[in-house]
Amino acid sequence: MPLDQSFVGRSWPPTAPYLVGREKIREFATAIGATDAEYHDPEAARAIGYADVVAPPTFPVVITMTASRQIVADPELGLDYSRVVHGDQRFAYARPVVAGDSLICVNTVEEISSRGGHDFLTTRTDVTTEAGEAVVSVWSKLVQRGEE
Amino acid sequence: MAETLPTQTFTVTRTDLIRYCGASGDFNTIHWSERIANSVGLPGVIAHGMYTMALAGRAVSVWAGAPDAVVEFGVRFSRPVPVPDTDEGTEVVVTGVVKEVTDDGLTKLELTATCNGQKVLSLARATIRKR
Repeated sequence: MPLDQSFVGRSWPPTAPYLVGREKIREFATAIGATDAEYHDPEAARAIGYADVVAPPTFPVVITMTASRQIVADPELGLDYSRVVHGDQRFAYARPVVAGDSLICVNTVEEISSRGGHDFLTTRTDVTTEAGEAVVSVWSKLVQRGEE
Repeated sequence: MAETLPTQTFTVTRTDLIRYCGASGDFNTIHWSERIANSVGLPGVIAHGMYTMALAGRAVSVWAGAPDAVVEFGVRFSRPVPVPDTDEGTEVVVTGVVKEVTDDGLTKLELTATCNGQKVLSLARATIRKR
């Protein structure tokens, strides 16, 4: 069944704050093999103007993947997650994520389309601090493969 | 103008995928179970798309010479990265070309990521601000 087009433009209430831990950033950086001192050492991060260690560019997905369950798990949208593959991913940064940030996500459905029997869902997640400072906007395009 | 950036090669093993599962919270079974991966028509366990993108991000940060230089970063996942259950794993090779330097000091890069000679990312672009 195609995805419900009426979801285009819909936004959800802000998610509960995610407190970014220094050890979580270190763990993520280690997992991707990123050894830059600013990802691991608060002193090195302070030397380039940040309050604590900074996160690698794709770290925000740790937060937005959980936040986007608001959308993908909405039964009215009609997404069958077992047929979903990740199509595109994009980040636009106001600044890097920094340990100690308390971050909130607002999810919006930007586009729904169908082509060649597949359905495409583009979501945008705006990540801000609790105080409302913009940090990063994250776009994901999910592809729901056609049923066999 | 079309400056080519030094090629960067990353080794990816099953251990790396398991570690990324834990660090990212993405425990999708196709990234650690051969049985499940085969059952959904994949050749075997594949890397998380976001892991491949993270490796491309490492390359960008190295080229930029700063961990916080990236202002925009986008990719399309065009082909999976199969990771065999061997000590050697597989390799993802990332290359980049400078496409444009804007008047306001931004550098636009076009990236290519390949595994076994095949493109695994397409429309891979990053914009960086050099210090």
